[in-house]
Amino acid sequence: MAGMTLSSVGKTYAGGVQAVSDVSLTIEDGEFIVLVGPSGCGKSTLLRMVAGLEEITAGEVTIGDRIVNRLEPSERDIAMVFQNYALYPHMSVRENMAYGLKNRGTSRAEIEARVTEAARMLELGPYLDRKPRALSGGQRQRVAMGRAIVRQPAAFLFDEPLSNLDAKLRVSMRGEIRKLQRRLGTTSLYVTHDQLEAMTLADRLVVLNGGRIEQVGTPLEVYHRPASTFVASFIGAPAMNLMDAQVAGGRVLLEGVDLGPAGVAEGAVTLGLRAEDLSAAPTGLPVVVDYVEELGASRIVHALAEGQRIAFAHPPEAALSDRMALRVAPGRLHLFDTLSGKRIDRAARVPEVVA
Amino acid sequence: MWKIKPFDHLILFLGTLFLLAPVVLAVMSSTHSAVEIHTGGLFLTPGTEGAATYAKVLTARGGFTGDVTGLSMLMNSLILGVGFAVGKIVLSMMAAYALVYFRFRFATAIFWMIFATLLLPLEVRIMPSYQVMSDLHLLNTYTGLIVPLLASATGTFYFRQFFKSVPDELLEAARIDGAGPVKFFLDILVPLSRTMMAAIFIIMFVYGWNQYLWPILMTTDEHFFTLMRGIKAILQVWVGSQIPDYNEAFALAVLAMVPPVLVVIVFQRMFIKGLTESDK
Repeated sequence: MAGMTLSSVGKTYAGGVQAVSDVSLTIEDGEFIVLVGPSGCGKSTLLRMVAGLEEITAGEVTIGDRIVNRLEPSERDIAMVFQNYALYPHMSVRENMAYGLKNRGTSRAEIEARVTEAARMLELGPYLDRKPRALSGGQRQRVAMGRAIVRQPAAFLFDEPLSNLDAKLRVSMRGEIRKLQRRLGTTSLYVTHDQLEAMTLADRLVVLNGGRIEQVGTPLEVYHRPASTFVASFIGAPAMNLMDAQVAGGRVLLEGVDLGPAGVAEGAVTLGLRAEDLSAAPTGLPVVVDYVEELGASRIVHALAEGQRIAFAHPPEAALSDRMALRVAPGRLHLFDTLSGKRIDRAARVPEVVA
Repeated sequence: MWKIKPFDHLILFLGTLFLLAPVVLAVMSSTHSAVEIHTGGLFLTPGTEGAATYAKVLTARGGFTGDVTGLSMLMNSLILGVGFAVGKIVLSMMAAYALVYFRFRFATAIFWMIFATLLLPLEVRIMPSYQVMSDLHLLNTYTGLIVPLLASATGTFYFRQFFKSVPDELLEAARIDGAGPVKFFLDILVPLSRTMMAAIFIIMFVYGWNQYLWPILMTTDEHFFTLMRGIKAILQVWVGSQIPDYNEAFALAVLAMVPPVLVVIVFQRMFIKGLTESDK
């Protein structure tokens, strides 16, 4: 049981490629942190640096109260679950789980007890003497988790562990991982590119882009107050609508339609609108419907507002017509700088405007 | 599924016949007496001398010293074959392990140098090899027979390719599990390579078993004679009116065929099993 600190961690590869730069993060004991970002954003590299599988070229990683930069992976008191499970194919489930403990010189009785306990927790009891090839994908993933659990490490590291499973299994495994982590209370660092997985699992999300942290926050914080256009477009499905808008006289104008108070200085802004914050109304932003995605519980309507794409949620029973008008729920306007893409924080800027 | 056609069977049947005929000839002829073979040619029917010939070949003392038997020659060939195969596997596995898993300068260059030795078969370097062994006083020893031929570019290449196909995550998982380089090699790679080892064992055993030139050069002491030399020695006695003991030569040849066939049968089963069941 331990917290983890990353301070100004960076990774530069031999060719001069900067995979990760200046990542600082404090992880509380028992926290479930999800690193999320598109492919190539450096999230796996970061995880592998914590694991000790990649050399850290800048900064420091602390697990518990030890700086682990120079320690071998086995000395860092971590356990890792790999995307392709990385089970030893020639060993039975039991041997797979016991191998790490055996190498650390744990007594036979202790190993037996821990393996039995982990098998019970993961419902692997009947499969202990099978080889990995005789197991299904979900079972292999559970064995990989069992191998992590028996070590009773300070931290679990997950490297996209659910990517190889089918959609249904992924959802149930997601739940299992969450419950298991809660029960064990072990600090966890979880890498995924699936924003839904990230939202549902995390205590706190770390959104990475181009090797840098874009935003750290609870799932709801990140969802409701994205720090940049990148986060806004990455988190949430459908992605947040990002549109070119103007601010004039303290009001946000999209295609000349007043959508609400802006609270920032004049000029061009990028306006972010969540699909579910938009609804059809008798008057408002006029749009031309392009096509409709049926989701059962709701439908997502893709439309064009003067040439700009916009998607909005629409109740399935409500009427649809070719031309509609949209209203924005009050206080749900996200404004971003057009150049940097950073959020323009209304609360902080309001006094300026008033003055 | 293909429908099985009579014509396919005919081809298979003819092929089998073609391959088996010489073996059958050798086996059958070895059961006749030398005189019968000399006058009547090869036989396709069993004779009556079989048991006596084989017993004689295996146990009769011969050679200048008078204590070389077929059995001792068989033993020598076995030592050579097994020594070759095991030694080559151990050596090339370790070389491949170093080449694939350790980052050191010129690893690729070293690999290609090893690979280039394929262009220099034993026959090309036989004199220098002999010189070295002679200087080391290893003539007429098993060490001298086996060691100079152990380095195997083929084996190193096969194992290198195999190790490269082992997913990196296994190494990483092992590192997290606290397995060092030696433990990873012994606990993970060696068991995973079983099928590869079986394949190489088949090839190398047969290669070692069939060695002829090198043992002739290296050994003058009859105690180190191999079966291959034995067969040759029997046929070399054409002096005066004496006829060679064709039957004994055939018997030895048949005996010489047995161990490689056994090795192939035993290891092939494992080889196929490994191929069909393996997943990495």
